[in-house]
Amino acid sequence: MAEDNAVVAEGLIKNFKQTKALNGINLAVPRGTVLGVLGPNGAGKTTAVRILATLLRADGGHARVAGYDVAKNPAEVRKRIGLTGQYASVDEELTGRENLHMIAALLNMSGRSSKARAKELLEWFDLTEAADRTLKTYSGGMRRRLDLAASLTGHPEVVFLDEPTTGLDPAKREDMWDVVRDIVGRGTSVLLTTQYLEEADALADDIVVINHGEVIAHDTADKLKRVVGSQTLRVRPTDMSDTAAVKEILGGVATDRAPIDEYRPGEYSVPVADDSALAIVVAKLAAQHVTVTELSLQLPSLDEVFFTLTGQRQRPSAEDAAAVEDQEEKA
Amino acid sequence: MSSATITHDVEVLKQGPFDVIRHSWVLAKRSLVKTWRTPEGLIDVTLSPIMFTLLFTFIFGGAIAGSTADYLVFLIPGLIGQNIAFASVGIGIQLNSDMSKGIFDRFRALPISRVAPLLGAALGDVVRYVLLIGIMVGTGYALGYRIHTDPLSFLAGCLLAILFALCLAWAPMLVGLIARSERAVQGIVFMTLFPLTFASNAFVPTETMPNWLASFANANPLSHLIAALRALWSGGDWQAPVGWTLLWCAVFVIVFAPLAIRAYNRKA
Repeated sequence: MAEDNAVVAEGLIKNFKQTKALNGINLAVPRGTVLGVLGPNGAGKTTAVRILATLLRADGGHARVAGYDVAKNPAEVRKRIGLTGQYASVDEELTGRENLHMIAALLNMSGRSSKARAKELLEWFDLTEAADRTLKTYSGGMRRRLDLAASLTGHPEVVFLDEPTTGLDPAKREDMWDVVRDIVGRGTSVLLTTQYLEEADALADDIVVINHGEVIAHDTADKLKRVVGSQTLRVRPTDMSDTAAVKEILGGVATDRAPIDEYRPGEYSVPVADDSALAIVVAKLAAQHVTVTELSLQLPSLDEVFFTLTGQRQRPSAEDAAAVEDQEEKA
Repeated sequence: MSSATITHDVEVLKQGPFDVIRHSWVLAKRSLVKTWRTPEGLIDVTLSPIMFTLLFTFIFGGAIAGSTADYLVFLIPGLIGQNIAFASVGIGIQLNSDMSKGIFDRFRALPISRVAPLLGAALGDVVRYVLLIGIMVGTGYALGYRIHTDPLSFLAGCLLAILFALCLAWAPMLVGLIARSERAVQGIVFMTLFPLTFASNAFVPTETMPNWLASFANANPLSHLIAALRALWSGGDWQAPVGWTLLWCAVFVIVFAPLAIRAYNRKA
């Protein structure tokens, strides 16, 4: 196909009654790559995915998926996509194999092909043993895997993964990451939404950061991390009178900004280049006899990304997020 | 990255105008498997009809018709009409649960007709209606009810009742797609069905009702179905009530099917 991009969205707008869910989103997924869409709850990630997967119509802008316009030619788009939502959309009362057979039959696969494909997918996702049990007996991780298998039944060109690891424990999360890498290795393009910078970093070639329905950054994971600082060092002095000393010590290892305690009052943090900063800070604290109650080195959080990108704490208010989620549910 | 690196060997059936039917059948099979796995979901079309038959026969039989035997001739078609209407709440609940669990999202992202999931659910329900009619007539027989016409008329009555159920089902389907919880579906459907089933000719002759109620009861679609069943199974003029029933079937589909499909397209 002539187009280089598996997904292109230009100026997508979606309003739910009072709430602006999307306010002119642009994004592109080059063929065979992973685009990570990073943002907090209620940022508009799910709305964007639902529009691209033809489940929702945009109020403005346009989008092409696998070479077809989502509004003008949804049927052609549906033949070429797989969608895995935040909750596993598979039938609990059917077995794993029955679920996959059903999807294959709906994709017009012949009986023989659908049996072969189901077997192949069950093996790939390590579900062969559980294949003939109903989903009621599956764990959360197994359901997610089956859900993903169902999305891949028809060999889609483009796969949408909407927060595929939300609610999974870290080990299961890494398993899911391996699967995503595997899918991409087979030539599929992936659009992945996530709340975790770590996940976008592990999987995505490109990252788009969205908040309040707008793209606030578009970069590679590396560049984004360089902007944010790779890690954050946090220190809480026992005695408030040591605050000045702590700030000075932290200032010595900071990569860009001065120490702040906006994240949590009394706890000062700075972005640092690498692990060695920790040893330096500990040594200096000891030399000046400053005692601390907390000291930690953390990977950059989504909050950090927003802080760096916008200069202010961008976490949307709980009501905002709840309102959008609610509208998305109803839409 | 090179494009189109996936090579696969999948036999795909030719697309055609009959896809809707094939897809609906695939989804009807899904309903049937679920019914088979959770037989307790069939209580409303198995045990309830038996209970209703026994209660109504022995409580009202003497008072309304003078004897239980005479009342049965009147009652069995009436109860079938009522229970078919009650059983239709099941499909609304099923669609509502499919929607809240996100399964409809998957169906809507597949290249299938958007009518297929609704049609499939309706077709899967035929089994429930067959069971209901069979059990109701069977219980009636045990108590002394008899079909006085021929097997062909009996079969015609069964088919008419099932057709009516399938057409009426679009209304609870619409409710199932709009309501925000399964409990709400149940509430809305039953609130509508109680007046509809009792203000009819199901249990008492409409002549005994005050005029305003009698005119409602006589126009009630369920009354036409019940009158048709009585005529087909016990003898009498069946043409008019059958005609009216078919007309109502068409009205249900014309009014509720487009609304339900629209709700499915917009929500899910």
